[in-house]
Amino acid sequence: MLTCKQATQLMSEKQDRELGTPEKISLKFHLLMCNGCRRYDQQMNIIHQACQKVSGRDDD
Amino acid sequence: MESIGQLAADWLSSAQVIELRDKMMRFAILQMRDQHAAEDAVQDALLAAYNKRDSFTGGSSLDTWVFSILRNRIIDLLRSSTRQTMNFQSVEDDEQLDALFAGNDHWHAQGKPKSWGKPEEVLDNEQFWQVFDICMNSMKEQLAQIFTMREFLGFETDEICDQLQISQNNCWTLLHRARSRLRYCLEQRWLAVQE
Repeated sequence: MLTCKQATQLMSEKQDRELGTPEKISLKFHLLMCNGCRRYDQQMNIIHQACQKVSGRDDD
Repeated sequence: MESIGQLAADWLSSAQVIELRDKMMRFAILQMRDQHAAEDAVQDALLAAYNKRDSFTGGSSLDTWVFSILRNRIIDLLRSSTRQTMNFQSVEDDEQLDALFAGNDHWHAQGKPKSWGKPEEVLDNEQFWQVFDICMNSMKEQLAQIFTMREFLGFETDEICDQLQISQNNCWTLLHRARSRLRYCLEQRWLAVQE
């Protein structure tokens, strides 16, 4: 069972590397049960989109 | 007949380019953290774009095309600069981030991420962008460097590791820390302006 701290690390790392299947499954399972981490995941997406925008890559 | 220099000057001072230049400056400052270096890079990129204008095919928007010239220029500068003297070797614990979690490593009641509102509305909000700039500029230089290489310039982590001479694991850890710190800063400041 992942802790929230471990889950945040995986939510960051999935943007930099392909997660292994066990990692994907445990993260998915954790997100189903944890709304704090679901928000963290959404916020990672917002940050990623903001960075695309600011570096002029949002309409590539 | 107008000289090329005059044509370039006209183009570079046209309203559309001035607006584009502002966007480019903002990006270059966030990336390079130096007003003068940023100005030089933007000026060079605009001139290069003007000189290569015949190769613009219209496949993307003009903004996108000019921006990509700037990005490539910054990438070249980064690649050719001597290897970083900053110390990326030791990755210590981050107390500020650790404080968001309770002893069992689950979110603390106060540390738990809060709602920011709808993503598309957040990204359309001018105040969010002001907060974004403040948070990016207050990020520690070491973290900002690695973060902007990944998120602004699109380097793969292999290349970041190589450039900065750090291990993959340290690279992932530092990126995670940079994102988490940025997230926390945005949350604090963004929710404060919402109130």
